[in-house]
Amino acid sequence: MSFPWANHYEPKHPLMQWVDQRLPLPRLVYNAVGAGYPVPRNINYWYNFGVLAGVALMVQIITGIVLAMHFSAHTSTAFDSVEHIMRNVNSGWLIRYMHMNGASFFFIVVYFHIFRGLYYGSYKSPREVVWMLGVVIFLLMMATAFMGYVLPWGQMSFWGAQVITSLFSAIPLVGEAIRTWLVGGFAPDNATLTRFFSLHYLLPFVILGVVILKIWALHIPGSTNPAGVEVQGPQDTLPFHPYFTAKDFFGICIYLLFFAAFVFFMPNAMGHPDNYIPANPLSTPAHIVPEWYFWPFYAILRAFTINFLWIPAKLWGVIAMFASILLLFFLPWLDSSRVKSTAYRPMYKIWFWVLVIDVLILAYCGGAPAEEPYVRISQIAAAYYFAHFLIILPILSFIEKPLPLPNSIAESVFAKAGHKDGAHAPAAAGAAAAPAE
Amino acid sequence: MVRFLGFGAGLVFVIALLVAALLPREDVPADPIKAIHEHARSAHWQHDGPLGMGVFGTYDRAQLQRGFQVYKEVCSACHGLRLVAFRNLSEIGFSAAEVKALAKAKEVPSINPQTGEVATRPALPSDHWPNPFPNEVAARAANNNALPPDLSLIIKARPDGQNYVYSLLTGYDKAPPKGFDVPQGLHFNPYFHSVNIAMAKPLNDGQVSYADGTNASVDQMSKDVVAFLRWTSEPELETRRQVGVGAIIFLGILSLLAFLTYRRVWAGIAH
Repeated sequence: MSFPWANHYEPKHPLMQWVDQRLPLPRLVYNAVGAGYPVPRNINYWYNFGVLAGVALMVQIITGIVLAMHFSAHTSTAFDSVEHIMRNVNSGWLIRYMHMNGASFFFIVVYFHIFRGLYYGSYKSPREVVWMLGVVIFLLMMATAFMGYVLPWGQMSFWGAQVITSLFSAIPLVGEAIRTWLVGGFAPDNATLTRFFSLHYLLPFVILGVVILKIWALHIPGSTNPAGVEVQGPQDTLPFHPYFTAKDFFGICIYLLFFAAFVFFMPNAMGHPDNYIPANPLSTPAHIVPEWYFWPFYAILRAFTINFLWIPAKLWGVIAMFASILLLFFLPWLDSSRVKSTAYRPMYKIWFWVLVIDVLILAYCGGAPAEEPYVRISQIAAAYYFAHFLIILPILSFIEKPLPLPNSIAESVFAKAGHKDGAHAPAAAGAAAAPAE
Repeated sequence: MVRFLGFGAGLVFVIALLVAALLPREDVPADPIKAIHEHARSAHWQHDGPLGMGVFGTYDRAQLQRGFQVYKEVCSACHGLRLVAFRNLSEIGFSAAEVKALAKAKEVPSINPQTGEVATRPALPSDHWPNPFPNEVAARAANNNALPPDLSLIIKARPDGQNYVYSLLTGYDKAPPKGFDVPQGLHFNPYFHSVNIAMAKPLNDGQVSYADGTNASVDQMSKDVVAFLRWTSEPELETRRQVGVGAIIFLGILSLLAFLTYRRVWAGIAH
């Protein structure tokens, strides 16, 4: 699909030839994640997280389908049906804890994946569409996770739904009407729960569809790589199978180790205790906080405390929160530097790490109560977040002098490995082109 | 074009945020309750295993049964346990006959099979623990307008649940600070979020008599009932940890094999 030197699928067995002429599905798999897909040979462990996100999505879909068999989407029974899963369904506790922690782990690997994309310039030409599809997936994930959190109908489910849906009421004139329409009433109730359940079941399959589009778009230029220069020839790549299937399998095992540690030994560490209290519209929790993966955006929402330019503070917060994610769509054009890898951008490197720390500070403030000093800290941190993407990055692209790039991936790889196994280098380059057997 | 628009939007956001950050803050009077409120004391829990890491620990059946006795004789007067069925009690070491007897001693709502009128019948092992009050209004009417929460999930439903409930049960003997007025009908307890709790001191030394001869001090009874409530919150805890240790060992070996495979596949390949 991508490079002319990719291995070609040549079925030897007559049955496989028969299938190939009628439904070339094995050919598709071979070209997508088999020996027919050449990958830059120098990609590091940071590049494992894309596959891990796919694993996390599949875990969520499979456990979710089983949970839906036992869950009862009604305000009077939802909470108890979750406890029924925990107590009476065979291994129900395992399925439910996997789903609950799986959501957090999905976000963890996606945040690592986004971090890697930002560091190695994966959003830059010719991969803009890959990046934008990723932002679409991120938005869909957030919607899915939010609606999923409402389903057990605990205190945080209810009050989280109350707070997040009330964001839409900030829209001038039609806000209240939109909110009533979305929620199916004046406050979250059974109509909200049933529609959230329906959408929570639907959206993961939409995500899966966008994932397929994303992989399709990715396979045209192929992955970026730490050297930041594009693939030029067969010496730069290795076939996906067996080299990266082996590496990804190792990554998946390590991921599952961390996942198992949480599922089996601290299943509630990333949840909120209040969600084990059945929803009560008459009793507001002291601090309403969303799940941890929303904290940076929740902090931005709450950072706007003054009416500015005749726009009320609440509307500012809502606009800014959505803008903080939507601006990622424009990142390929905001950062016009041609150099992809941050390793060769001495000034950007500093700002990049400031951004990482900034987002961590925002996350901390988003989880903290809305009082001083957290509000002021989140205001400054949110200001940097917008300044980073909208002001600093575009200017930086003009004034920065990047370090000299290596001539090719192969050159950078063999220069690094030169002293160690320089003698093997030509052989290794040959192995890249040879079919994997 | 995108850059110019972005620059403008960015500038507006940054100014709005920095103006808000620079505005002086109104003085928020310090909450006097915060200074009195105390965080839960940490106790040692046998079921959390060595170092309290919660990897190998199992429930102490004798302690769970003592805790059940405290719940049955004291707490259950006001607090429900609606997610626990009598049959579940076999998991903490009661025999089938004992479970049947425990169930039979409780009446549950039913109907008269002849007339269809509201009636009660002795509970069966498949019945859940009956609520002490028929509804919330009755519960509030009997408790000075406070609602005693159901205890089935209480340990998971409070931050640091075990230590919190233990501290709360043993925290009644602390005197309120000088000049602090406890509202009428409430009781001072520094571990409660508002430090004034509607529940009167529930446990006194020797309140229950343990069949196994354990000294029924307030501390002992509190620990026992918390252990029991941990079980009602997480009845799957032992199975979960057992399966977990197996899963970690399996995944550990699989990771090692996967790593060796990876090394083998990549042998001699510069990258």
